[in-house]
Amino acid sequence: MTFGEFLITIYIFVLAVLEGFEIISKVPPTLHTPLMSGSNAISGITVVGALIACGNNNHFTSIIGCIAVALAMINVVGGYAVTDRMLKMFRKK
Amino acid sequence: MRENLINSSYLISAILFIVGLKMMNSPKTARAGNFYSAFGMLIAICATLLDKGIIDYKLIILGLLIGSGIGAFLAITVKMTQMPQIVGLLNGYGGLASALVASAEYARLYPHLSLYDTATIVITLFIGAITFSGSVTAYGKLEGIISGQPITYPFQKTLNLFQFIAIVGGGIYLLMHPENITWFIVIGIISLILGILLVIPIGGADMPVIICLLNSYSGMAGCASGFILSNYCLIITGALVGASGIILTQIMCKAMNRSMINVMFGAFGKVDKSTLEKAKAVTVQAYTPEDAIVVLESASLVIIVPGYGLAVAQAQNNVRELADLLEKKGAEVKYAIHPVAGRMPGHMNILLAEANVPYEKLYEMDAINSEFERADVALVIGANDVTNPAAKNNSKSPIYGMPILEVEKAKTVIFMKRSMAPGFAGIENELFLLPKTMMLFGDAKDTVVKLVNLLK
Repeated sequence: MTFGEFLITIYIFVLAVLEGFEIISKVPPTLHTPLMSGSNAISGITVVGALIACGNNNHFTSIIGCIAVALAMINVVGGYAVTDRMLKMFRKK
Repeated sequence: MRENLINSSYLISAILFIVGLKMMNSPKTARAGNFYSAFGMLIAICATLLDKGIIDYKLIILGLLIGSGIGAFLAITVKMTQMPQIVGLLNGYGGLASALVASAEYARLYPHLSLYDTATIVITLFIGAITFSGSVTAYGKLEGIISGQPITYPFQKTLNLFQFIAIVGGGIYLLMHPENITWFIVIGIISLILGILLVIPIGGADMPVIICLLNSYSGMAGCASGFILSNYCLIITGALVGASGIILTQIMCKAMNRSMINVMFGAFGKVDKSTLEKAKAVTVQAYTPEDAIVVLESASLVIIVPGYGLAVAQAQNNVRELADLLEKKGAEVKYAIHPVAGRMPGHMNILLAEANVPYEKLYEMDAINSEFERADVALVIGANDVTNPAAKNNSKSPIYGMPILEVEKAKTVIFMKRSMAPGFAGIENELFLLPKTMMLFGDAKDTVVKLVNLLK
């Protein structure tokens, strides 16, 4: 990785952090629990890395990757499903 | 060509995540937002499966099926009252997944690791492992498997500091000698231990902060693994979640008027023996549900203050029934929600939503505090610290400075409490001794059911 590429990565990282601060501070306290479980599900994005590791033809890394895929999917599916369960309950008068 | 398709899909995923999170700013759009976000995840997963590096799909399918199955099972079976520990546990799985991604990358590149590879791998391993063991510990505390009270021992902070130094030192050594597997494993193990030791001294009342912080860590772990793989989708998404966790942590700390450092290292909520003994010396008069009904029946404004005790007793549906009956008799019923009521931010809101209480009736602390003066009854169900005036007038109290719900301004305060034991934070509440306070001892659910039957 060249320094230029690294700098672009840092750019993206910093902008994403600022964007995160911006969006989240507008969420009302009523929705903080679903927000947490929802963003929790999003953090399961690490499944992308796990899939790449798992699909490798190296025996050792693919087994570690397989476990990582399973763990990340628990996070993803569990997170989204539980968030939907909660949000379904929010209603007006 | 294929590369471009994958990267464009990642861009669409990232946009869907951002839009989805943005739609969380109103209960009307939140559900659709969650769906957008899930759709973004589906796109990201499908796009990744096209990656040239993926040769064998058997293990992938196995992992996807097992993980999805367990995840769905957890989501369907969990009770709303258990939400804090489940969110904690799910965070932990995400953290461990990131740590494993780092380990797999280490094994794949071994022994030809650049400085950049080693640095990002070690950072991911560290954050991921801490997230995992810390989350599992928090889960154990919230489930009651480990004591919810802060666990402290001599030289606690020094020991933690030494471990941290060991991790940093080991990391630097590994940068110079990336082929040293022993150090790689040692860093992983110390990180796991550190995660446990950082969470065990944290008391139950501080759990909302720690759950938020772990949420942030799980995002940062994902973000760090994005740096390993130079994958923008992972970096953006991980950073979003990391930032969201930090914001929530700040909100929680502000609601307790404490700094993050204080929460992390303060071992708050350790029961002060001297106040306990003092509390035993005075007798608190217990009232019966019949006494409470007399007051409730003539009330025109009742403000219900729910706390963790409501969640423990699973009394949310009974409370709604009680509120309905009071409304039928012409009273106005409002709910006052303290930002740190329960064990995670918004915990009370989801419990009351489950019991079909419309969200317009739930008021935040700043919106409701001016109304207590007008209220005939403040009905405190399983809450203690968030109503404790010691936060305002006793500078020695551990909760001094925390903004509270000013229930003492109501004409009558009815406390439902399991026993005379101090609350989770281990602090006695002087409101119990006021003449206008009625104490109803017993399980919150039993007491509310009795009130409901009497009102009928």
